[in-house]
Amino acid sequence: MSTLLTRVRQKQIGQLIDAGKRLDGRGLTDYREFTIEEGLIERAEGSARIRLGKTDVLVGVKVGTGEPFPDTPNDGVLTVNAELVPLASPNFEPGPPDENSVELARIVDRGIRESKAVCSEKLVIVPGKKVFVIFVDVYVLNHDGNLIDASALAAVSALVNTKMPNYEVEDGEVKIKAGDSPLPLKSHPITVTVAKISGKLVVDPWVEEEQVMEARMSMAINDDGNICAIQKGCAGFFTPQQILEAAKIAQEKAAELRKKLDW
Amino acid sequence: MSEKPEKLIDKKGIRLDGRKADELRPLKLQVGVLANADGSAYIEHGKNKIIVGVFGPREMHPKHLSQPDRMVLRCRYHMAPFSVQERKSPAPSRREVELSKVIREALEPSVFVDLYPRAGIDVYMEVLQADGGTRCAAITAASLAIADAGIPLRDLVVGCAAGKIDDTVVLDLYDAEDKLGAADVPVAIMPNLNAVTLLQMDGILTPAEFETAVGMAVEGCKKIYAMQKEALRTKYMTVKEEAEE
Amino acid sequence: MPTYFEKKQLVTPGELLAEGDYIAGENSYMEGNKIYAQRIGLADAENKKVNVVALRAFYIPKTGDIIIGTVIEVGFNGWTVDIKAPYTAMLRASDVLSRPFKPQNDELSQVLNAGDLIVAKIASYDRAHDPQLTVGEPGLGKITRGQIMRVTPTKIPRVIGKKGSMISTIKQETGCQIILGVNGVVLVTGKTVEDEELAMMAIQKIEAESHTSGLTDRISLLLKEEKSKREEKKNE
Repeated sequence: MSTLLTRVRQKQIGQLIDAGKRLDGRGLTDYREFTIEEGLIERAEGSARIRLGKTDVLVGVKVGTGEPFPDTPNDGVLTVNAELVPLASPNFEPGPPDENSVELARIVDRGIRESKAVCSEKLVIVPGKKVFVIFVDVYVLNHDGNLIDASALAAVSALVNTKMPNYEVEDGEVKIKAGDSPLPLKSHPITVTVAKISGKLVVDPWVEEEQVMEARMSMAINDDGNICAIQKGCAGFFTPQQILEAAKIAQEKAAELRKKLDW
Repeated sequence: MSEKPEKLIDKKGIRLDGRKADELRPLKLQVGVLANADGSAYIEHGKNKIIVGVFGPREMHPKHLSQPDRMVLRCRYHMAPFSVQERKSPAPSRREVELSKVIREALEPSVFVDLYPRAGIDVYMEVLQADGGTRCAAITAASLAIADAGIPLRDLVVGCAAGKIDDTVVLDLYDAEDKLGAADVPVAIMPNLNAVTLLQMDGILTPAEFETAVGMAVEGCKKIYAMQKEALRTKYMTVKEEAEE
Repeated sequence: MPTYFEKKQLVTPGELLAEGDYIAGENSYMEGNKIYAQRIGLADAENKKVNVVALRAFYIPKTGDIIIGTVIEVGFNGWTVDIKAPYTAMLRASDVLSRPFKPQNDELSQVLNAGDLIVAKIASYDRAHDPQLTVGEPGLGKITRGQIMRVTPTKIPRVIGKKGSMISTIKQETGCQIILGVNGVVLVTGKTVEDEELAMMAIQKIEAESHTSGLTDRISLLLKEEKSKREEKKNE
């Protein structure tokens, strides 16, 4: 089963955008309304759920312990995974992660990692031997377009919400004490996806627009307004001028979104 | 493990491997290197060694993956276990899955997919030795292999990266510079159509640095594009010259 | 408005060939008002039409083409045939058997089995369907003798030559029967293996030197030389 758009619908969307309009009345560079709910999964050390239009993504953060990577003995570990859960779309099938969920996870990971959002040096328990491992799991519950931005926003919200257990080290053993403290963060990246449709640049593509888009560009912007990750996707192209234009749009939108978030 | 060098680029603008900021690593391109593939190419870019084989257009297997009105392009980017410092498991990693996807999305815009409905093309890229910038080199070789298979193309696709080491924007980072540097921006382009089909970035760049990096990468791509055309001409020209003797 | 190439210049995909009042011919396409090459080949212009003679291309079926294919599968009501094209072809049992076809009684594999070579004609082909073959004409059917070789399909016209002059020369000098499949598969049937190999060598040479002049004479000369060499060897 699939939700292929009819050619008539595809043409309609393209023509509207050519005229600077969108089916839901938004401007080309407007985001849909969104709400973020934090801390809804008590079992997880951190969690957040975003509803961006009808796109619904839940991110859970679990904190574990483990060995550091051999080339970074004084850094904690961050790992991001994404599931395109079958109930989220008639097009998602159960099974091992496909290229779309791998790409989504790695884009979200890149934004967080390259902006150095997580103070990984503060996650060391016993240098070289034991560190905290932050597991970020992106769970897509409903796909109505722009999973990248929604997942990235929910992921950072979940990290902001994450509580690290207090601990002490006794005879090389980690003992959990009472109480907790927030996960140390020093950056809050925001990812903005710009789609190219009918030669125009459109922000926050909705699922039907994604079926018509020729290419997309996702850029992660950190608190200073600098770019920390980029991913171009889909089998189309951008001219170099369009890339610079998209970068400008991404910066503006990231600044706008940042004001709406209470991180 | 070697110690981290103090500077990746010195006061005179010379990098650790002797290059200037806007200098490419040495390149070698060969077309038609595999007898069984419909099209093939081999690239050496710095210490990178990548071989690409292309099969098709041909019937798609499994059939349910074919599209009724267009051709399907399948790409597999894979690293040989001995290609990197620490032996890598032959099983596809998440990085290889992602790169296979972005490389396909970089090559597909060059292919006239509407010409051969229900058919498929398989592009197999094997990294035999890796030293940074493999996805760009793989794209450069893959595009040659696709052309070698006689598949009609809008243009060749060529890849090159730029980035930032210490505080300088430089062209074509090798592995050490990528790992220790501040940012890496791989780009692929169809030069005659001014179409960027691959663009990624990791690291941190100001918007101005990003603009410089993209410009530098595009210039690097154009230099490599001239070498691609030369490699294609060399293969078909030797036939012509032999005949004229 | 100009063209940007010399006559018979070797061009690569994406190379700008012309701008303005031209039309895109073989292996070239138009974007805006510019014409670009689609394949590696030799560029040429006939009046306002820009063509590229491809040096490397694969066969696309056309109704009416005579081709040589290999049976790859015996099905319920016909055979699947590999015709060295992006699409496999179908040969229906009803086309081969002159009497009404009964699936339970007739053993199709006894008529044609996997691995058999056939000369056939493309009966029909369109974008939405795999090519359908027919062997219901004289000269078509199962191949029982001879050797098969492959030639880039774009070079087949060169092997035929002007008014068949090239292929007649080879047939005459080697005494071989030669069937040139439009799909680049060639069947050479001679009285001896040496005759067949001589013909095959000539065809290979034509493929390699196809874009040179004076080729027909050189081939004729080569064949005569090889034959006299063989005569000498026999007399030793």
